[in-house]
Amino acid sequence: MEYFNPAEVLERERLEELQLQRLRETVDRLYEKVPFYRKKLDEVGFKPGDIHDLSDLQKLPFTTKDDLRDHYPFGLFAVPMRDIVRIHASSGTTGKPTVVGYTANDIRVWADLVARTIVAAGGTPDDIVHVAYGYGLFTGGLGLHYGAEMLGATALPMSGGNTKRQIRLMVDFGSTILCCTPSYALNIAEVMREMGVSREMIKLKAGILGAEPWTDEMRVQIEEELGISAHDIYGLSEVVGPGVSIECGEKNGLHVFEDCFIPEIIDPDTGETLPPGQRGELVFTNINKEGLALLRYRTRDISALDVSPCPCGRTHVRMKRITGRTDDMLIIRGVNVFPSQVEAVLMQIPGLSPHYQLVVDRVENLDVLEVQVEVSPQVFSDEIKRLEELERRIAEEVRSYLGLSVKVRLMEPRSIQRSEGKAVRVIDRRKM
Amino acid sequence: MKVRQVSVFLENKSGRLYEVCKCLADAGINIRALAIAETADYGVLRLIVNDPDTAVRVLTQENFTVSETEVIAVEVPDRPGGLAGVLAPLYDANVNIEYLYCFVEKSGESAIVVFRVEQIDRAIQALQGSGFTVMREEDVYRI
Ligand SMILES: [Zn+2]
Repeated sequence: MEYFNPAEVLERERLEELQLQRLRETVDRLYEKVPFYRKKLDEVGFKPGDIHDLSDLQKLPFTTKDDLRDHYPFGLFAVPMRDIVRIHASSGTTGKPTVVGYTANDIRVWADLVARTIVAAGGTPDDIVHVAYGYGLFTGGLGLHYGAEMLGATALPMSGGNTKRQIRLMVDFGSTILCCTPSYALNIAEVMREMGVSREMIKLKAGILGAEPWTDEMRVQIEEELGISAHDIYGLSEVVGPGVSIECGEKNGLHVFEDCFIPEIIDPDTGETLPPGQRGELVFTNINKEGLALLRYRTRDISALDVSPCPCGRTHVRMKRITGRTDDMLIIRGVNVFPSQVEAVLMQIPGLSPHYQLVVDRVENLDVLEVQVEVSPQVFSDEIKRLEELERRIAEEVRSYLGLSVKVRLMEPRSIQRSEGKAVRVIDRRKM
Repeated sequence: MKVRQVSVFLENKSGRLYEVCKCLADAGINIRALAIAETADYGVLRLIVNDPDTAVRVLTQENFTVSETEVIAVEVPDRPGGLAGVLAPLYDANVNIEYLYCFVEKSGESAIVVFRVEQIDRAIQALQGSGFTVMREEDVYRI
């Protein structure tokens, strides 16, 4: 299968006509149904029917996570509650969770989007889709589950955790597509080694991995250790859940399903829309959603858009893989640091384990970044001077890449906490 | 003539040395010699044991980072100048010593020096050429 839905290969001109029509309908409907948007649009002097061109989008106000929290739980829904058939929520580490609602049609559209992602990763109705994302309020588990069923594949609702059981069933059932976070995929590979399960004993061919930023180096390692093709999937519950965008076989950016979402890149400080290719904050507008449709939702994820045609035939724009978030960016002695950048450095050093943690502390009013790395048998030596050389080399690479001097600390294997969901990469001990 | 040393990476956390020794004891392994080299954050435990294969296996199972290195063990008379005597031929043969540690044999008459060197074959030749007894692997494990 080359694609799941013909909309994925719609000519650009037709696609943009469809976007314009759907954007106009969405804005008009939100003005009528959602008091929050009526007020916001009135503030900028915007009236129904004012969308004439896709560029008019830039005149619309942004929506933020705080707006969702301020209208907790259902205040931004655009339909009566009797039309909502599903609720999801993302856990807020601080404050209230953000709550999203779907109509029956939204669930169908979402499942269709996820089915597109599975096909883009090489999936067909013959596949057994091993869903190791958490099931529950989090959109990951049920999102992939419904997509697999929409495709006609076999959904295996594993949810997260109990890694040994995941692996046993993977072997027994012959799972062919693994869906989980990239760090959990590495965890699975590690536990497989401990259990003596070789990659020849499993039938996995592809991974649909997301919900946290990762690097190409990590992709190479996952592909090698599990013998799969690893595809980055992107999504966030506020916009729909997983299925906003996916890497096709080219693995050179993630196609954003533009018949349902309009992506923009903005300067996070000024809010100005940036031209294609420039890096900035990713913003989405829902144009095919009933229950909760957001205008210019600020994701805080850092990306860039690539409008060049993709050899796979999909006409939808590609976003670069997420390199960090505007809010998990660490500022250390004035230098902007994303955990993913440190990871990229570590993965370039042969034999180094991908398990790492960054500990930020303030010692005598000076920020100190400690990079904790586990010592794998490949880099271990009985000579202290070789271990010290390794520490120096890591520190030197990080310094030349990030312009920041760090302290490297070698750790025993498995002393850094393993994740069964999103990996905890940063511990910030600074009191601010 | 070469003896296998088992090295273990240890963070400087209380109880880790005990856990290594316990793990080996549970597997019925005798530690013949032990030395620790350390920095502020971590240390490397170097062990000569009676059964290196099993030691590596059980320690790896317990998630320790382990490596094996070839070292040489030399009998040195337990009297003043004993160590200097054994270093002279190595110095003359341009052998670089990475580190060494000593233990005393049961009888107490001679000490055994364990050498980690860069040029192991040249070192063995030089020592034997000067009349020192380079111990055989099985003899060291049996001490
Ligand atoms: Zn493509």
